[in-house]
Amino acid sequence: MPVGPYQSPLAFISDAELDAHHAAQPVDYQAAPQPAGLKLRGVEKRFGDNLVLRGLDLDVPAGQFLAIVGKSGCGKSTLLRLLVGLDEPTGGRIEFVDEEGEAAEPNSRIVFQEPRLLPWFSVADNVAVGLGDGVPKAFGRREAERALKGVQLSEKSKEWPSKLSGGQRQRVALARALVSRPGLLALDEPLGALDALTRIGMQDLVTNVWRELGFTAVLVTHDVAEAVHLADRVIVLDEGRISLDLEIPRDQPRRHGDPVLAELEGSLLDTILGKA
Amino acid sequence: MTTVDTFSEGRSLRRIREDRTPSAAIGYSDPPKGAAEKAARANDGKPRRPRSVSGVALLPFLLPVTLVLLWQAGSSFGFISDRIMPSPVAVVAAFWERLLSGELARDVGVSGARALSGLLIGGSIGFLLGIANGVSKLSEQLTDTTLQMLRTIPHLAMIPLVILWFGIGEEAKLFLTSLGVLFPIYLNTYHGVKNVDRDLIEMGRIYGMSGWSLFRKVIFPGALPSIFVGLRYALGIMWLTLIVSETIAANSGIGYMANTAREFMMTDVVVLALVIYAVLGKLADVIARTLERAALSWNPAYQR
Ligand SMILES: Nc1ncnc2c1ncn2[C@@H]1O[C@H](COP(=O)(O)OP(=O)(O)OP(=O)(O)O)[C@@H](O)[C@H]1O
Ligand SMILES: [Mg+2]
Repeated sequence: MPVGPYQSPLAFISDAELDAHHAAQPVDYQAAPQPAGLKLRGVEKRFGDNLVLRGLDLDVPAGQFLAIVGKSGCGKSTLLRLLVGLDEPTGGRIEFVDEEGEAAEPNSRIVFQEPRLLPWFSVADNVAVGLGDGVPKAFGRREAERALKGVQLSEKSKEWPSKLSGGQRQRVALARALVSRPGLLALDEPLGALDALTRIGMQDLVTNVWRELGFTAVLVTHDVAEAVHLADRVIVLDEGRISLDLEIPRDQPRRHGDPVLAELEGSLLDTILGKA
Repeated sequence: MTTVDTFSEGRSLRRIREDRTPSAAIGYSDPPKGAAEKAARANDGKPRRPRSVSGVALLPFLLPVTLVLLWQAGSSFGFISDRIMPSPVAVVAAFWERLLSGELARDVGVSGARALSGLLIGGSIGFLLGIANGVSKLSEQLTDTTLQMLRTIPHLAMIPLVILWFGIGEEAKLFLTSLGVLFPIYLNTYHGVKNVDRDLIEMGRIYGMSGWSLFRKVIFPGALPSIFVGLRYALGIMWLTLIVSETIAANSGIGYMANTAREFMMTDVVVLALVIYAVLGKLADVIARTLERAALSWNPAYQR
């Protein structure tokens, strides 16, 4: 463990030199994103007597946009935490695969319902946190600016997080998750606390960055319409099992109010509420 | 694509985490600067100047100035005996005389150095213990209960024992001051570290922080508002302890100055000592506040 404030060994190098350095010798954290697919086999999670996930089997191809819906308390967040390694399953296994189906090391990130920004860091520094410890300062700053541009917040890069609106904060959190070019992005109701209009804007943003960066996305949402609008595939979680697995046969970008999507949304709601 | 900006400004229903300021409210009684102007503006949304800016600004000084004038008048007309209370003019004269002779600078310097070294020693110990106990379960179990027990002993009650141990020299004053400031700094640092948002710590870990970097980027800044509360509280205790111990036994410093003056019935110097203590106390608080504002500028409670 280092015992002083981090001093990059490259701190004395100018931006131009840094560019040349990276061109000559590509660094790991700048590598193009490798989407990570998922392979779940009999995944179980138990909290004491409470069996929350009861043997999940699930294959998510690399680059897919998967949405998970289900009643409150059915284990959606629990599943996401397992996927990004915040918790260990009590049974079964989770494997990550690349586009060819070979085993892969995922670079996974998660965005929560709350943005969890550090109030004492500027917006840009918060985004740079996503690059991890030990990256050169100049590099971190530039990557943060780039990620902020991606979420259309360039002009706020020097502000304190407390000066932003809720939607803007959530975009900063998204930029922080994306700045390291994750192969797997888990989103736990990231838009759940936003008002309807902000939400539509954020949905378009998520769709756009996903199409541009090509990571695998796993979105937990309590809004079935949102799931149908964003995802390639929607699964319904019920009592710790997958009770429905539905492909959404529509290309992005999608129109709000598409009748086929409305139909799918209706049948999904019926399944969740137990009317089917 | 939809421009998100047009939609997002200020319409969030989110509970705003960053706006919570856990310890910022403790012990601050002064209303924020400019509150009066803000209130004046609130009515019609247009900035409206208060009728007389200087009049409003001077209002708080009306009472003290009147009192000093009355006091001076009382002394001049012989209602107040010099033995009981010197006149303000006499105090100013005493100040001037001691300033010219250099005694004042020496005594203030000695007292200031005592206060500062006590704060430095006791404060560092309290700070380090607070951090250690906030971060490490083992350290907490080893020392917290003991510290909480020691804390209940009024440190001034230890004066007889301290005199037995150290005599009446510098060590005694240093020990008492350090002991006095240790506990408020310890308690508030410990409390601050313990109350850092768990979600932020989890976030830090997700992004690969651990050990020193987690401490530097998340835990310490999160605990800082509370640490400042402890510091300002400790400053008060620091002066109090110093006054008491200098009055009991010293051969230099402001307390010594006041005590010798008492023996010669020089009430003007005694009152001068009081004024100096008050000014030093205020000065320390202003410095702490300035530091606080600078260090916590991210906190909405400190933004103007
Ligand atoms: N750390 C934990 N310890 C004990 N039980 C837990 C823990 N985390 C979750 N649970 C339990 O697991 C179950 C599923 O919780 P989870 O948070 O995954 O639900 P969810 O589907 O995300 O619900 P929501 O839509 O309300 O967010 C709940 O019954 C909850 O009590
Ligand atoms: Mg949840």
